[in-house]
Amino acid sequence: MNFEDMLQTSPYSLDKEEKGRFLTERLGELTEKHRESCPQYRNMLESAGYDSQKLCSYKELPFLPVRLFKELELRSVPKEEVVKTMTSSGTTGQAVSKIYLDRVTSANQQKVMVKIVSDFTGSSRMPMIILDCPSVVKNRQMFSARGAGILGFSIFGAKRIYALDDDMKLDVDGLKAFLEKYQGQRIFLFGFTFMIWQHFYKELVRLKEEGITFDLSEGVLIHGGGWKKLINEAVSPQEFGQRLQEVCGLRHVHDYYGMVEQTGCIYMECECGHLHASNFSDVIVRRPLDFAECEMGEKGIIQVVSTLPESYPGHSLLTEDEGVVLGEDDCPCGRKGKYFKVIGRLKNAEIRGCSDTYAEKFR
Amino acid sequence: MTNKEKYVNAFTETFDITEEETQGLQYSGIAAWDSVGHMSLVAALEDAFDIMMDTDDIIDFSSFEKGMEILSEKYDVEF
Repeated sequence: MNFEDMLQTSPYSLDKEEKGRFLTERLGELTEKHRESCPQYRNMLESAGYDSQKLCSYKELPFLPVRLFKELELRSVPKEEVVKTMTSSGTTGQAVSKIYLDRVTSANQQKVMVKIVSDFTGSSRMPMIILDCPSVVKNRQMFSARGAGILGFSIFGAKRIYALDDDMKLDVDGLKAFLEKYQGQRIFLFGFTFMIWQHFYKELVRLKEEGITFDLSEGVLIHGGGWKKLINEAVSPQEFGQRLQEVCGLRHVHDYYGMVEQTGCIYMECECGHLHASNFSDVIVRRPLDFAECEMGEKGIIQVVSTLPESYPGHSLLTEDEGVVLGEDDCPCGRKGKYFKVIGRLKNAEIRGCSDTYAEKFR
Repeated sequence: MTNKEKYVNAFTETFDITEEETQGLQYSGIAAWDSVGHMSLVAALEDAFDIMMDTDDIIDFSSFEKGMEILSEKYDVEF
């Protein structure tokens, strides 16, 4: 099965063997493509002693540290073909990653993201509440990860409203009017974990004391961007969901894991609370000492592979996150592929993630 | 207003361009038609024709001409 066929296939359909074959072929091709077109990448492959003839599995492919995209300008297409440059969210003073997208990569990112998310929300579009402020998507040449996330998910919104103003204050009247107008319909909500907690949840709690309540029992919330700050505040994912349900009736909440370096291939949390790898990407958890693959259930550093990057050599990356693979092809939710848990950032790693970098301001 | 006029209007108003410039226009062919502009265009078309497009069609909507094809084939908009 080639990549084009895969775009027509249900996103969690491949079992371990089929997926291994698909990933090995596609990722091997991408490695060759980037070797030819990106001189810095070619040098790295050479110094790593990579030999494409000996490649038996995608798990043997070299991986680049995500940090490298901050230090080097890595592109596999001429400058003129770059249609969009995405930047990571960084706290002040941190260098930001720059990811260069051509038309094909950018289109595939959107297609794959829609396939993955539709598997959880259905393909029909819904009235959408963006739990963020409108200024995030203002600079259109340079997309922050936060803006890109909002924009990517906006395709599911039939009518859209930003719940926060540019001072991050909840627009109570606007929200009331919006919910009244679309009463009885399923509502899609999207935002970043910490912003939701700080500027939406806490405000709803305060408003409830004043007797102002919102009914979001027909809502489905997708959120991502990191838990670090909330873990410091002792808010677990379970509690996050429970508390939101208590204050506004929201029952369907899905976290996701993803990064700007591999936009499109997000890892959605299923009904059982597991993050899932789709047909288009995979996670490999590695031991910090020798980078050997961990056993199932063993904690290690997360490597991510994605079949999408054609314009930059980011198809195999070592993250700075710790995680653990919980199982493969046998999640009770019925989706095939690996399912896993992210434990947190490695010690001494820089702070990143849309939610976490923002949260730094609240220290 | 004819459907064709409504269609052209959605482009000229969303992207602030002239009617002549809509001919042969491609997604990301001008700075205004980027991913943000795309969602504004979709909103304008949905309002103009009172339709709701599928996510797949929004993604496939890659040029001025392709858009007309999608609207006439899938949403019964006659041009």
